[in-house]
Amino acid sequence: MITERLLRALRDILGGDGVVSHATELSVYDCDGYTLEKSTPEVVVLPRSTEEVAAVLKLLKHEGVPFVPRGTGTGLSGGCLPLGAPVMVSLTRMNRILELDPANRRAVVESGVVNAWVSRAAKPHGLHYVPDPSSQMACSIGGNVAENSGGPHTLKYGVTTNHVLGVTLVLPDGEVVRLGGMTEDTPGYDLLGVTVGSEGTFGIVTEAILKLYPRPQGYKTLLAVFDSVAGGSAAVAGIVASGIVPAALEMLDRLILQAVEDAFHFGFPREAGAVLIVELDGLEAGLERAAGRIREVCESNGATEIRVARDDGERDALWKCRKRAFGALGRLAPNFCCQDGVVPPTRLPEIMERIADIGEAYDLRIGNVFHAGDGNIHPILLYDERDREQTERVVAAGREILRECVALGGSLTGEHGIGVEKVALMPLIFTPDDMSVMEQVRSVFDPEDRCNPNKIFPSAEQHVEVRSPRRQAAM
Amino acid sequence: MRSIDQGTIPLDDASVRHLDLCLGCRACETTCPSGVRYGTLIEGARHFIESRHRRSWPERVQRWLVNRTFPNPAVMRIFGWSVRCMTRFGVHRLARAGWVPAPLRRLLRYLPDPKAPFRSVRLPERTAPRGEVRHRVGLLAGCVMQSLFGTTHTNTVRLLTEYGCEVRAPEGAGCCGALLLHNGDRERGLELARRTIAAFDSPELDAVLTNAAGCGAAMREYGEHFKEDPALRPAAERVAAKVRDVAEFVHGLPDVEPRRRMNVKVAYHDACHLLNGQGVHAEPRRLLKDIPGVEWVDLHEAEVCCGSAGSYNLTEPELAGRLAARKARNVTATGAEILVTGNPGCILQIQAALRDQGSSIRVVHTADFLAEAYTNGKAARD
Repeated sequence: MITERLLRALRDILGGDGVVSHATELSVYDCDGYTLEKSTPEVVVLPRSTEEVAAVLKLLKHEGVPFVPRGTGTGLSGGCLPLGAPVMVSLTRMNRILELDPANRRAVVESGVVNAWVSRAAKPHGLHYVPDPSSQMACSIGGNVAENSGGPHTLKYGVTTNHVLGVTLVLPDGEVVRLGGMTEDTPGYDLLGVTVGSEGTFGIVTEAILKLYPRPQGYKTLLAVFDSVAGGSAAVAGIVASGIVPAALEMLDRLILQAVEDAFHFGFPREAGAVLIVELDGLEAGLERAAGRIREVCESNGATEIRVARDDGERDALWKCRKRAFGALGRLAPNFCCQDGVVPPTRLPEIMERIADIGEAYDLRIGNVFHAGDGNIHPILLYDERDREQTERVVAAGREILRECVALGGSLTGEHGIGVEKVALMPLIFTPDDMSVMEQVRSVFDPEDRCNPNKIFPSAEQHVEVRSPRRQAAM
Repeated sequence: MRSIDQGTIPLDDASVRHLDLCLGCRACETTCPSGVRYGTLIEGARHFIESRHRRSWPERVQRWLVNRTFPNPAVMRIFGWSVRCMTRFGVHRLARAGWVPAPLRRLLRYLPDPKAPFRSVRLPERTAPRGEVRHRVGLLAGCVMQSLFGTTHTNTVRLLTEYGCEVRAPEGAGCCGALLLHNGDRERGLELARRTIAAFDSPELDAVLTNAAGCGAAMREYGEHFKEDPALRPAAERVAAKVRDVAEFVHGLPDVEPRRRMNVKVAYHDACHLLNGQGVHAEPRRLLKDIPGVEWVDLHEAEVCCGSAGSYNLTEPELAGRLAARKARNVTATGAEILVTGNPGCILQIQAALRDQGSSIRVVHTADFLAEAYTNGKAARD
């Protein structure tokens, strides 16, 4: 599909170093953080500005070529896997913070800006950007917008969509539109609202206006140790029911805890069944009392030990352990699949039990490290991609876990998106009518189905067959 | 690397190019929560490449020159001498004025000022401490250090002897093999390493010290390198276990304290192979901050590579230059008068970049600065 002429035209727009077409170099783009399926694009382009993105998309429109946007490739549902999209548009070079307006608490950034850079830049002004995915050291704002990403601290403050005021979107025909704006609300239909979380199927977001929040006056970060996952889950349900909304409420089970301890030497009790990290923030005044209440709930659910971070250093160390837990998984297995489901927080004890059963039934090691407070589970299925049979068991077990989530009144994804991973499961929560309406919305933005095709909707998966030679489970 | 090993990616110019571009700074190791030892992997990959991939002629000549001249103290001495002659005749000024062809000019950028030329030194086999012998340490004279950074060696010895160290610098130790090992010339690198191990394997020595980061990092891995060699492995492990950076060792001495006030604004740059290769971070900083009068300024991105990276600035000048410029901008932004760092390559690289940006900030080796502040006598000056 990619002709020499098209390559030349792309090079004319982007320069020689803005176009990657050598097979070896393309191989690094063959998956994102979801490594179960791989597919290599035919060409990757690296634009530096909205104008260049628009020029590339105009060219692709003229040639009728589908494309897929990519941020920094930390996605966990295969959202940027090129399926029937020979051209990949990588936004990593659009990495400038364009404007920081502390007085109005806004930042305007390009979409390749790394999440953590925003908070770093805002820090001298006492501000921060709230959504903090565990991959925030690497993941891009553009990817966050596409997937409507969450993170530990979104329990109290809301996910990405609550923190984006506007975006610059290049439509698949190359037209540049601005949705939302500098102010809190803009009249008319909430097109920004449907764009955030559209998984890169509406076009390419090149800039975003972000809300910044003042850093809380005080923090209280507790670590509660439990003998079992069941005890920890019951405590979570208890905390949620108590009416206190912690800034974050996270759980790590024994398997994860031990890997994290080996990596960071924090001093976790290695034999604990599970730990909860509970963070309260806000005005210093009320923190002590709320912490006391949390302590009571944990203790009444069998917490064997409760520690409080003594200072910022200890708090940072604790969060480092939580956020970089994924990085430590290499100590356990060569590959992992991080699942993403949601259940009502009160059903956590049940889903955790079922996950353990599924692990046993499929003979897989499954660890858990997740946002317990909003019932957003992340079972981590360990495997070795060189073992094909084991890899297939991982796919099957993952699907079964999600079915259980839905059966308990939950959902397929809390923050990772549908991507390619969960396409087949969409009918579990949506009727054909639901999906048809969604596809109509999509066609308003991308009538030719050229922008990140074959994602989200199961009807797309039928098309995938045709291109299946390039799509294969990782060997 | 796995893809190349398994044959899913060919060993061709494109794949080799990307592996060549790795600085080998090992920052990824410091940050990796899974504890992947990338330094060992890339060394293995480079050895694999050098033994199976046919490079272009210019590349082969360049690599041959780098791998044959640097690790050879005798050649480096001649090199140092000719550089001294050249600076005396003002070649560097011609170069900076643009009178020399580009490739040569790139090399000449690294030449020091005539006021502070390269000096070579022959360290005595044994230097007695002031007062009684409280510690016995080996000091790697090395290849580049003794022929170009003789003053730093003299100051290192002065610093150590001040605190009761008898310093042994065995002639036979030669080059430690680091540069060759890092560049994938494993056989020759190990040959050199064998000599270094033999020279330092003595129960009398409390520690084996280096003031070049890459050397220390490689020497700490001697045990690993000879793990398949039952005859040499015990000696290799013994020596490796004693390897320390000079600043790290001095910091650990019980009676060390500043003797002189230094009224100067100081920033510190982490050499990659000190920080990531040897885990030395806090010790030099503490020693510097303890000096009365020193105004400490934090260097933004202190831990990011300056692009020197062994011989990287010679083999990959384009990218090395970009890193150097970025480093120099960060250094200038601190407002420091002196930048201290613990590795000769970084000194040349950052000094050249600062000069290019018109800055007069001096880059000084940690040992030189410490010798000035922590001894009573007068430190050697360039």
